Amino acid sequence: MIYEFTRAFFREHGFLEVETPLRVPAVAPEQHIAPFESEGWLLSTSPELYMKRLLAAGYDRLFQITHCFRKGEQGRQHNPEFTMLEWYRAGADYKQMIHDTEELVMTLVARLGLSPMIQYRGQNIDLTLPWPRVTVRDAFLHAAGWDPVAEPEPMRFDTDLVSRVMPSFAPDRPTVLLDYPAAMASLARLSPGDPLVAERAEVFVGRLELANAYSELRDPHEQERRFRAEIAEMERVQRRRVALPVQFLEAVAHLPECGGIALGMDRLVMLFGSTDSIRDVIAFTTDTA
Amino acid sequence: MTIEISDVHKNSKLLIDSIPYNVEDADFMKPGKGRAIYRLKLRNLRDGSTLDRTFHSGDKVEEAPVTARENQYLYQEGDRYIFMTTDTFEQHFITEQQLGNKRHFLKEGMVVGTLMMGDEPIDITLPTFVELAVVQSEVTTKSATITPQMKPAVLETGFAIGVPTFVKEGDIIKVDTRTGTYVERVGTKK
Repeated sequence: MIYEFTRAFFREHGFLEVETPLRVPAVAPEQHIAPFESEGWLLSTSPELYMKRLLAAGYDRLFQITHCFRKGEQGRQHNPEFTMLEWYRAGADYKQMIHDTEELVMTLVARLGLSPMIQYRGQNIDLTLPWPRVTVRDAFLHAAGWDPVAEPEPMRFDTDLVSRVMPSFAPDRPTVLLDYPAAMASLARLSPGDPLVAERAEVFVGRLELANAYSELRDPHEQERRFRAEIAEMERVQRRRVALPVQFLEAVAHLPECGGIALGMDRLVMLFGSTDSIRDVIAFTTDTA
Repeated sequence: MTIEISDVHKNSKLLIDSIPYNVEDADFMKPGKGRAIYRLKLRNLRDGSTLDRTFHSGDKVEEAPVTARENQYLYQEGDRYIFMTTDTFEQHFITEQQLGNKRHFLKEGMVVGTLMMGDEPIDITLPTFVELAVVQSEVTTKSATITPQMKPAVLETGFAIGVPTFVKEGDIIKVDTRTGTYVERVGTKK
């Protein structure tokens, strides 16, 4: 039902549902996301590259619910094969994508016959809008005592995010963490007003990382530069040779101003199903397939 | 032997600063396209103390070189529990701290699987079920009802357990060693 209502939500808002390939010649080079190989091709780690190519071709509101494959990601909240909901809006930015997420979740709450005060594993979580927003800079200064925007340290960032910052979020409310350091921009554009900050935001509810939103980067040179930096790091540290997604880079130049977001559907179902284990929402995880 | 942190799972045995640990729990976190973070809850296999450690993807850890052997529990001496390796007849001891709750289910003569690091026993695997005698329980005057009611009892090992009201002193019951709970009665005192 969650899936049905989600599709209905996007249809009602004028989004086109698309399907993009799962077996692809290249994925976005990212140090910590390792794709599975399929006879010289790769299994898709995210539909992002194809959906952006569709945006560049003129489709302005798209969504897709599809499977993604990421090597080495297995845990209570991770399965190497998982379901992702991604949607893109031309003429929008990352903040609009967060509004969409708030609306989507509240629509699901209503259609599922729930109240905005949901019970998640014995904890009451109040989903009433708007959800609290905090910048990465403020969250880290408060919970970890340093500013990752002024002095980026990726390893320390990841560790402190998990061990200090996420535990500092109010357990009874969702948290929107925004304005990531430029070093962790990924495919998001830098803030025109502050080049140390990327227009990237993430939604957390009940210790679940739910969604990752960007104001999409439209500068093909900057995107290529970032990809090449990731590729160099991967070759140096992991001795992994990675291809540059050439057709995607060609499309970046034609991207409209747009916002995009990736939401973990399994995590959403876990939230409404009051479970912290992905095994409860996926019929056959890798260890029981 | 060095292994990748991503190969570590619950019940892996690791050597950290030359001390053997059991991985009680392994939490995998990977927020926002970042590095994978592994938060391990470790139990020191020598003194039973716990340790929390965080690792990152790409980290390597040392696996404790353990072998599985069969050991027979002989007797208790103070806070030491004496075991004998069944194929070599060598005797070893494990402390009360190392055994933790497992000591409540040991019966003299019982054979258990043991993980040994060289000559040092570091962890035992109890059989899933063990049969123990009830040495103390109250007599209840309530008549049988539809819902099972549990009353407190004490087993021959000194372990306190809940049992159904029909169980009497002298009865032998089967206990699930994983949960420390009553399974069924297997023998009655005549």
